Amino acid sequence: MARSPETTPTLEVRALHKAFGSEPVLRGIDLSVARSEMVFVLGPSGSGKSTMLRCCNRLEEPTSGEIFIEGDRLTGPGVNLNAMRQRVGMVFQSFNLYPHLTAMGNVTLALRRVQKKSRAEAEAIAAEALDKVGLSDRARHHPGQLSGGQQQRVAIARALALKPTVMLFDEPTSALDPELVGDVLAVMRDVKAAGMTMLVVSHEMGFAREAADRVIFMDGGRIVEQGPPDQVLGAPTHDRTRAFLRRFHA
Amino acid sequence: MDAILQQFFNWGVMAQALPLLLKGLGMTLLICAVVIPLGALGGLLAALASTAQARALRWSAIAFVDLFRALPPLVLLIFIYAGLPFAGLRLSPFAAVTIAFFLNNSAYFAEIFRAGLLSVPKGQAEAALSTGLTPAQTLIWVRLPQATRNVLPDLLSNVVEIVKLTSLASVVSLGEMLHAADLVRSVTYNASPLILAAGLYLLLLWPLVRLIGRFERRIAG
Repeated sequence: MARSPETTPTLEVRALHKAFGSEPVLRGIDLSVARSEMVFVLGPSGSGKSTMLRCCNRLEEPTSGEIFIEGDRLTGPGVNLNAMRQRVGMVFQSFNLYPHLTAMGNVTLALRRVQKKSRAEAEAIAAEALDKVGLSDRARHHPGQLSGGQQQRVAIARALALKPTVMLFDEPTSALDPELVGDVLAVMRDVKAAGMTMLVVSHEMGFAREAADRVIFMDGGRIVEQGPPDQVLGAPTHDRTRAFLRRFHA
Repeated sequence: MDAILQQFFNWGVMAQALPLLLKGLGMTLLICAVVIPLGALGGLLAALASTAQARALRWSAIAFVDLFRALPPLVLLIFIYAGLPFAGLRLSPFAAVTIAFFLNNSAYFAEIFRAGLLSVPKGQAEAALSTGLTPAQTLIWVRLPQATRNVLPDLLSNVVEIVKLTSLASVVSLGEMLHAADLVRSVTYNASPLILAAGLYLLLLWPLVRLIGRFERRIAG
């Protein structure tokens, strides 16, 4: 039975398992993210949160389980992965901008080569995306001429320009100097305000409290606890969540 | 002193030799024009194979590279030109030279490209794939441009080596520059044509060697 767009989760993860060799990293993740929802994923290092995120565009191949984007299957054989990946934007901890291309070139590459848009059309879309992240005046700069914060904003523009259905953020501010974090978080706030569905792995607790709709705490490859930020961060029910947060605030 | 000048820097002999040497230079450049692009392409394919997932592919690429890096190019050339006829395969000097140098150069280009591809961080390909580029598009638009830039001095050094390597073609009587110079030497009983050939090689390669030095400094600095 077809479900209406209102009730179909934008991103749905079912019974996701991932092992590296004989080492299990994800032990059964079930997660559903509604349209325009921002879900924050917390957890100690090694808890599997980045792996979970990377499975959501199959940069990591799940060992078992299913993932759906707006009800369309992302996992399994016969999926047009390159087409599906355009619906899942990804922002990396280390930005991963292409150093040989300008900011404009970084944003237009997939528009031109994958979506086959003309140079003029691609540049118009890219200019709009760069404007959204406040970097219109840096379009002709190479990544090496930009600060870390600016690079990450270009990376967000690169993902945004493809008009994805959902965006994954893998510790987007962890590689930044503290004074540059604010600009990136401000852009993420704008992206959310524009209605984007977002799954964010990050340690920015303050931002989680203020902007997230839901916080998930992961440990040992499982979701241990989830709920509104005030509840998970303010009054966690699980010992492991409490221990993690205590360490974080100490 | 006069005898030395007469024997090595005899302008008269050089002037006589020059037309033939220039013709030889033309052949040298023709060999390069065929062997360098072919070798680069073969090397790139071997590099891709040697970094592939499939074990059989990886191992055959590594075996190919090891074999032709270890085999002296002169041995390879003489075998192809003078050895293969015993198996009924008789090749023209030009074909023999092209095949021998292609095999030799592919192996060297492969090692350089492999180092270049490995120097590009994994995140680059991941970023490209995450925007929907296919693995082939990722290679062409993201990995190769960076890989090539990172090993540009090595690629150019290899080109210089290939130009020098072409002089080996003289042993199978292919009329490249060294062959032409040695021919004139044997007719005139004078070493000046060899000096002239050396001078022309220097003229051809010195700018390239300078350029490599500049690239190396830029990458180091």
